Amino acid sequence: MSELLVMEDLWDVAVVLFQVWISVVLGLIMLPAMFGLSLGVTGVYIQILVKILEWATVRIQRGRKEQPTLPLPLANGIIEREGGSMEEEMGELRCSRPQSPAGREFALCDVFYFYKKGIESIVDDQVTQRFSSEELASWNLLTRTNQNFHYISLRLTIIWGVGVFVRYCVLFPLRITLAIIGLTWLVIGTTLVGFLPDSSAKNWLSELVHLMCYRICARGLSATIHYHNKENRPQKGGICVANHTTPIDVVILANDGCYAMVGQVHGGLMGIIQRSMLRSCPHVWFERSEMKDRHAVTSRLKAHVAAKNKLPILIFPEGTCINNTSVMMFKKGSFEIGGTIYPVAIKYDPRFGDAFWNSAKYNMVSYLLRMMTSWAIVVNVWYLPPMTLEDGEDAAHFANRVKSAIAEQGGLLDLAWDGGLKRAKVKDALKEEQQKMYSSMIVGQNGNISPEPHSRATEKQ
Amino acid sequence: MGSRASTLLREEEIEEIKKETGFSHSQITRLYSRFTSLDKGENGTLSREDFQRIPELAINPLGDRIINAFFPEGEDQVNFRGFMRTLAHFRPIEDNEKNKDPTASEPLNSRTNKLLFAFRLYDLDRDDKISRDELLQVLRMMVGVNISDEQLGSIADRTIQEADQNGDNSISFNEFIKVLEKVDVEQKMSIRFLH
Repeated sequence: MSELLVMEDLWDVAVVLFQVWISVVLGLIMLPAMFGLSLGVTGVYIQILVKILEWATVRIQRGRKEQPTLPLPLANGIIEREGGSMEEEMGELRCSRPQSPAGREFALCDVFYFYKKGIESIVDDQVTQRFSSEELASWNLLTRTNQNFHYISLRLTIIWGVGVFVRYCVLFPLRITLAIIGLTWLVIGTTLVGFLPDSSAKNWLSELVHLMCYRICARGLSATIHYHNKENRPQKGGICVANHTTPIDVVILANDGCYAMVGQVHGGLMGIIQRSMLRSCPHVWFERSEMKDRHAVTSRLKAHVAAKNKLPILIFPEGTCINNTSVMMFKKGSFEIGGTIYPVAIKYDPRFGDAFWNSAKYNMVSYLLRMMTSWAIVVNVWYLPPMTLEDGEDAAHFANRVKSAIAEQGGLLDLAWDGGLKRAKVKDALKEEQQKMYSSMIVGQNGNISPEPHSRATEKQ
Repeated sequence: MGSRASTLLREEEIEEIKKETGFSHSQITRLYSRFTSLDKGENGTLSREDFQRIPELAINPLGDRIINAFFPEGEDQVNFRGFMRTLAHFRPIEDNEKNKDPTASEPLNSRTNKLLFAFRLYDLDRDDKISRDELLQVLRMMVGVNISDEQLGSIADRTIQEADQNGDNSISFNEFIKVLEKVDVEQKMSIRFLH
């Protein structure tokens, strides 16, 4: 009998706790989030975190001095590369040999150039490192980034332990609750708005619902977003392009404006979300079969842009997630649609959590769990001034121009390599380019070999 | 299940590699990180596909020959020791190497060993001679389709004529060294490793 009473008491306590929990979540976090206000708690949290991380950095550096066998982090690369072109380096290779009048011919030492370049790329190349998480200059007290850092001091380990507790037992449940509320509200809200007839009121309501839900979701990731140059924000009828690091990019951008999303139709939970979003405002979802037909894709996007009152399209021209240290080749398809391009640069602060989605290593669910158990997500978003296709410029050149602007603003490396190299092999055409360059060096532009043989044979005595 | 722990490098191994190749402790751990990041199969060895996944290497005209240099005769996998041994050829030559024990074998990155390494790039069948065919093969790899067979043939003939001293129409290792005696092998076949 007494056991039953104890059980009931426990149950009552649990119910009360749950009510308190929900009201805290609703009142202190969700409501302000919905209206774009902030209580400043996250700001204080971030400042405390920064102080702790700085202390940890100093402590680790001190520890490293005491134990010199600890490996240094990869700051500038493993090797120092010379930046010369093929011509320059070949010239240096041969300058010790007597030159024939034309100054070029094959030499046995030419292979040294290719050999050295090959070995350099084996030790450290520019491309493969972009498809895995950035290595940190100093440990940020997360277990997952602790690869090269060994035990340093007791205090550090204690702080790390406290961090684990706070992240998994306090922050994580909070964030999960918010995320679930946010997504549910998105589905319900957009479906409700979908019932209204088309009117400006419907558009306004739809934007409101979208904004509120994305704000709640952003809180669900403890995201602190700094927007710069808001006057350049994408306008209706335009195309917004940004560098791609993670699916969360969408949440980050949509916190400050409404976009028409472009993407493939998915099944399951994503599919439900997509379909309900479609009810309230026009997004552009493609069937898998349609995606292969570039012409169909382009014409649908063109139609959307031509209707000047539709929301700006959001496109990630890299086509895949890159680890936020560089910007890789922009696929020119997005730049053939026409209309004004609004470039946006997104840069995550790696100290607080690694935002990169390594789709080979983690599926979406484990990725989101990792996000929700990081310290926070701190991100800078720069809106760049709009750009349009110039006279006589082709789409590929335009794409490169936009890419350089974004890379410069975000402090990212501007690479010409294709992000598709994550999964696909490199095109043979690039190897053929190298071969052509070398051929023109030893044979000259018009295909004549430099004259010589007899004089050399007699010289050799 | 504990796969990360089993692939960590042990101190004794690091010491052995240090003695054999001359790399420093931190260089070895950094290169081990690189080795594991290339090892997609996570079995402690690299296959040819792992190398070919590096785009900058895949577009190198001599990429396949360079990859071959890592794999010992007839094998398809290279472990970390083999990886380091090959990379050691590209360490810069340092002056303090000369103070070492004179009875010890020549370091992997000596001038002669660097040249031997380059020689082996040409000499596929390991008969210690670069024949006209072997030279043509390498030339064809470097120029692709941009030069005709005839032109390439005459380039090869000329090169052999220059280098060949004993008239056997092929280039031996000593003849190879002689031709390249003025080339700054130390700098051109060396990579500056940081730390």
